[in-house]
Amino acid sequence: MFSSLRRILAVFLKELIQMRRDRMTIGMILAIPIMQLVMFGYAINGDPRNLPTVLRVHEHSVFSRSLITALENTRYFRIVASTTSEARASTMLANGEAAFVLTVPAGFSRAILRGERPSVLLEADASDPAASANAVSALQQLPASVFQQDLKDAGITLPPSAPPFDIVVQRRYNPEGVTALNIVPGLIGVILTMTMTLVTSMAVVKEFERGTMENLLAMPAKPHEVMFGKILPYVLLGYAQVVIIFAAARFLFDVPMAGSYSGLLLIVGIFIAANLSVGFTLSTLATNQAQAMQMTMFFFLPSILLSGFMFPFRGMPNWAQWIGEVLPITHFLRLVRAIMLKGTPIAEMADELWALLAFTAVMWVVAMLRYRRTLD
Amino acid sequence: MTTVYAIDVKGLTKRFGNKTVVDQFALQVPKGQVWGFLGPNGSGKTTTIRMLCGLLRPDAGEGTCLGLDILHEGGLIKRQVGYMTQKFSFYEDLSIRENLEFVARLYELKDQRIAVDQSLAELGLTQRQRQLAGQLSGGWKQRLALAACVLHKPALLLLDEPTAGVDPQARRDFWEKIHLLAGDGITVLVSTHYMDEAERCDRIVYLAYGQILAQGTIAEVIKASGLHTYIVSGGDIRGLARALHGQEGVTQVSVFGTTLHVCGVDREALDRAVAPYRAWPGTTWTVAEASLEDVFIHLMAPFRDRIQG
Repeated sequence: MFSSLRRILAVFLKELIQMRRDRMTIGMILAIPIMQLVMFGYAINGDPRNLPTVLRVHEHSVFSRSLITALENTRYFRIVASTTSEARASTMLANGEAAFVLTVPAGFSRAILRGERPSVLLEADASDPAASANAVSALQQLPASVFQQDLKDAGITLPPSAPPFDIVVQRRYNPEGVTALNIVPGLIGVILTMTMTLVTSMAVVKEFERGTMENLLAMPAKPHEVMFGKILPYVLLGYAQVVIIFAAARFLFDVPMAGSYSGLLLIVGIFIAANLSVGFTLSTLATNQAQAMQMTMFFFLPSILLSGFMFPFRGMPNWAQWIGEVLPITHFLRLVRAIMLKGTPIAEMADELWALLAFTAVMWVVAMLRYRRTLD
Repeated sequence: MTTVYAIDVKGLTKRFGNKTVVDQFALQVPKGQVWGFLGPNGSGKTTTIRMLCGLLRPDAGEGTCLGLDILHEGGLIKRQVGYMTQKFSFYEDLSIRENLEFVARLYELKDQRIAVDQSLAELGLTQRQRQLAGQLSGGWKQRLALAACVLHKPALLLLDEPTAGVDPQARRDFWEKIHLLAGDGITVLVSTHYMDEAERCDRIVYLAYGQILAQGTIAEVIKASGLHTYIVSGGDIRGLARALHGQEGVTQVSVFGTTLHVCGVDREALDRAVAPYRAWPGTTWTVAEASLEDVFIHLMAPFRDRIQG
């Protein structure tokens, strides 16, 4: 009995010593819960406010001013532009600059005063239904109360049974508010992030762990040759994954494909390259495959939580948005959702494309610099 | 430019942190010779070999391998050098043939299929070419590694303890192959712990703590050591060994089965020390030449404190 305990103690002490030597693992195990606490506790908010809104007001009157003030007072809407051009408003909705377009028709005041119950149109970007739902319901409270003071000032009494105007909500890109339409294209990004980063980081570490790197370095292969050679098979694997998810999206979940396939293939290619470069960089930091896997988790967590995949991007505080903007998946998600759901031409998403390219380029340089040419 | 030396380096120094692993290493190996590289574990043999083939960057020193500058022409050197690592470092999840094909492609060999077939035949691996390298025994792995590192017909072979853990027959075959290659004009530098292998080399270099302690032919190294040896046989040699241990003038006492080697640097001091024991019951004393192993142990003696410390 006691001798068994002594042997347990012997193994326990040995494990403690080995654990202490593997600083990286301890660090990750302690850092990951802190990271999750901070992200779930502070960054994530399912009730995003201050959503960018474009106004198309065709009439400037007491009523339209009151409506806009009330709109801003809900704190769900932040007015970013005012235009009368329908095309401009649509573009902003399509490329993600705006989440809502509110159109107040000409003759709005006169129709109210005559008791004709005119309508204002709210076009919502419903590609992420969760992000817009609360704002829409907040807006629908307004008609009953917003003009009470104005009407009293004008000495007009309307029948109290019905509000003086209606709000017509048009959910663009996803009229039925199906969550899958938002999640499934996003999954392309999440799955590619996870697998591409993981397999590359493991592939390089494996060479060091098994001692085959010494041999590879002694032979006449240059670092970039090894790098590209190692990575290419995984690019093919990545595209295979995309085909599978895409087919499932179309045939199982009825996700539309509104945009161009060539645009999709292009951004998928850049995104795969971005993740492979992350994987390669991680592999130069890790000393064994377990560490490579932990580091991948460390990269993966913010990628799903702070990118707008799981929770609305605009609901996060500024610092979390900045972190999100650095991650390649954030830009990829905006691109892939815009292309698949909205059919946005890629040229209108140039900013996101540049961000993705810039990340990839910087990461490749880091990976190349970190890659060991010798065993030093 | 052609030189008569396949390896011609001087002042090679490598430090890891504040530990100098190789210190002012100088070596000239003529083309077409087989040189043995000996020394205790941790003496810097592997580090030196890695510097020669461009795997490690020396902190100081200069020189050439095959007439190419080791500091600046590492890429060209790699094309003409075959390096066999101490630990098996081919892909265990590739077959023998796939490993060789990979190497052939990396070196951009012409007629790769023929080169691989030929290499398999020469090493007697043709029958096992589809077997995964990971399933091979030590001796076969070593054959594969040698086949792979001579596939591109290198002019210089650097072998780092190639026969460690390999049975005598495989070791003998291996050395036969090495001498065949040397006969074709390839220069070989091979590190080893086996004395019999050292004796198969044209010359040996003995390294300890990053410094060359001896080099030359076996006879030269033994002569230069100035070591005098008695071989004692018969009687209770283990008791004798205990008695002689630590006596003034006796530097080494070691039992080899039924015989005892007693060594000293100073002939007279050694004679004085052993005189009282010459009559130890049942023993026969013969003056002999020191063995290579005696010499190496002797060379290491000044460093013994450093091993323990």
